[in-house]
Parts: sequence; C-alpha cells; structure tokens
Amino acid sequence: MSKFGGSNNKKEVPAMTSSSLSDIVFMLLFFFMVTTQMREDEQKVIIKTPEASEVVKLERKDLAAYINIGSPTLQYQAQWGTDARIQLNDSFKTTQDIRDFIAAERESKSEADRALMTINIKADQDVRMGIITEVKQELRRCSALKIMYNARKGGSNN
Amino acid sequence: MGKKKVPAMNTSSTADIAFLLLCYFLMTTTMGSQTGLSRRLPPMPDPNQKVDDQKVNRRNIIIVKVNSADKIMAGNEPIAVNQLKDKVKTFLTNPANDPNLSERETKEIENFGPYAVSKGVISLQNDRGTSYQAYIAVQNELVKAINELRDEFALKNFGKKYANLQEEEQKVVRDCIPSNISEAEPKDVGKKR
Repeated sequence: MSKFGGSNNKKEVPAMTSSSLSDIVFMLLFFFMVTTQMREDEQKVIIKTPEASEVVKLERKDLAAYINIGSPTLQYQAQWGTDARIQLNDSFKTTQDIRDFIAAERESKSEADRALMTINIKADQDVRMGIITEVKQELRRCSALKIMYNARKGGSNN
Repeated sequence: MGKKKVPAMNTSSTADIAFLLLCYFLMTTTMGSQTGLSRRLPPMPDPNQKVDDQKVNRRNIIIVKVNSADKIMAGNEPIAVNQLKDKVKTFLTNPANDPNLSERETKEIENFGPYAVSKGVISLQNDRGTSYQAYIAVQNELVKAINELRDEFALKNFGKKYANLQEEEQKVVRDCIPSNISEAEPKDVGKKR
C-alpha cells in the first residue's frame, strides 16, 4: 500500500479490470464462428421438414447441394402461387433446371470430392410425392445418386 | 508532475466491439446440424441395354405401397405404419422358415465366416399424391427395421451395439444384414398433374 504515493488511509475499492472481458467475448465469438455456418441463401419457400427417428447427420456439409421444395413464402405467393415449387440457390426453378444446377455444383467441388457430393432434398412435409419423384428421376438422369431426405430428429413414438 | 507517462490505452470498448461482431455472427449463421435419411438412388437404366432378366424370386420381395390417401400396404394386406417395422423384420429374418417369406443364402463374409444372408428386398412404391410426410414415415420405419436387425446381430456376435463397433466390424454387420430398399420406378398412375 505504502509503495504507491503513500497518501495511505484512503482505502479505495479498485475498479474491476475489464480487460479480460474482451478476451472472453472473443472466445465466444470464435466458438460461434467455428460451430456455425453462413446461412446459405434466402429461403423463398416454406419448409417444415418431416420428423423421423432414424436420422443421421450429414457428414460433409461443404459437399452438400440443397434442393428446397415447398410452397412459396407469402411475399412470393402473388407471383408464384401456393403450389409446391423447387428452389435452387436463390430462385424458383423447374425440374429441367436441376441438370444445370447439379452440373454447376459439381464444378464447384474439387475433383476428388465430386463422388461424395450429397444432394440434400429439403422438402416440406405436406408436399406431394409427385414433384419429389420428378426431382429424383432428374437426379438419376444426372447420375447424382447420393441423396438425403432432410428430416428432423423426432420422437420414436410412431 | 513533470513526469509524462504514456497513459494506458483504454480497452473497455474492445469488449463492445467483440460483442458487436458476436451478434453479427449469431444473426447471419445457422447452427448447422443437417439431419436426414441417407439414400442411394439406383442408376438410370441404360435405354440401349435390354432389360436383363434379373428376376428376383417373388418370395424375396416385399412390396410396400403408399397410396394417395397415405394408406400403407405391405405384402398384400393393408397395415398401419407402426406395424410395418415388425412385418419387415419378420420378412427379412424369416425365423419360422416360412416358404412365403424371404430366403437366406449362405455367403462367405470377409473377416467373419459363412453367414446365411437374407435375400429379401424391400420395394417401396408410392403414388404421385402421397404426402412427403407419410413417405418419410415409411422410409423411417424401414430404416428402423434394418437398424434394429443390425443392432441385434451386433449384440449377438460382438456384444456391442452397431454404432459402437469398429469400422471393420460394422462392415461385417453391413454385409450380413444388407439394406436392400429399392425405390421403384415411378409408375404413371392417374392423370399427370
């Protein structure tokens, strides 16, 4: 105490040092940066994936290509109606466009990983199978055979 | 007073900046855990190639149909979705050696020895009007049936559940209990939408 100034007797509570606070927050920041991924693109269709109990995790997220199927969100309903639609990347597409989409996705992956590319079919639970069958047929034609039906982990009561 | 000290930089705002960044990342990213049912589609048949007579014996196929009202038919009888798993399991294992259920063929499994592998194939057919939810529910039951068979097999032979086995042991189990789910060629039934 007397080392500094020596004006003694004045017992002041020292201000809490907040210099470590930023370190803590940075640590949090890095945690979230590592564990999360950038939201791929704007969702233009409403998707509530069905529940299933036997789901497995998608292993290589960087090798996945997403096909979204569902009815357009409110702001797009005026233009696109409420029927189930396919969304690839950022726009509404038809089954004929899947071929180009797959080709582009393949191109963006490295040579070695192309065989491992998984097509993730994210479809709303109320979608009819007709459109999904068409998508599947188109995928077979493009020989993109590794697919995954996106589903939530749900109770095994059924 | 004459001592001029460089004042320590005020670092109290770094926390705020870091918080700001943190919030930004929280907003723009998703906690990514994509889950789902993994499947392999059959390759497109070559149009030049003759349809080869790879006739699977009738008894080795169980046809699971889901119609547009999401009703399920397995074998030749309507069935509820929660009974499907057991039906498929009895079909694949065929414990009573019923001549109407799938046969078994003894195969030499690498690293394991001979094992009577079931030749059963599950053929899944759906209508254009089937809802995706019902379809996934059926797929889920089929996967569950096979997973349970694998678990039983693994427990019996390795004393562990399938998921806890080594890579090679898992391969043995996969060879012994193959997952033969075929998603049939779509049939054009009813009018095209």
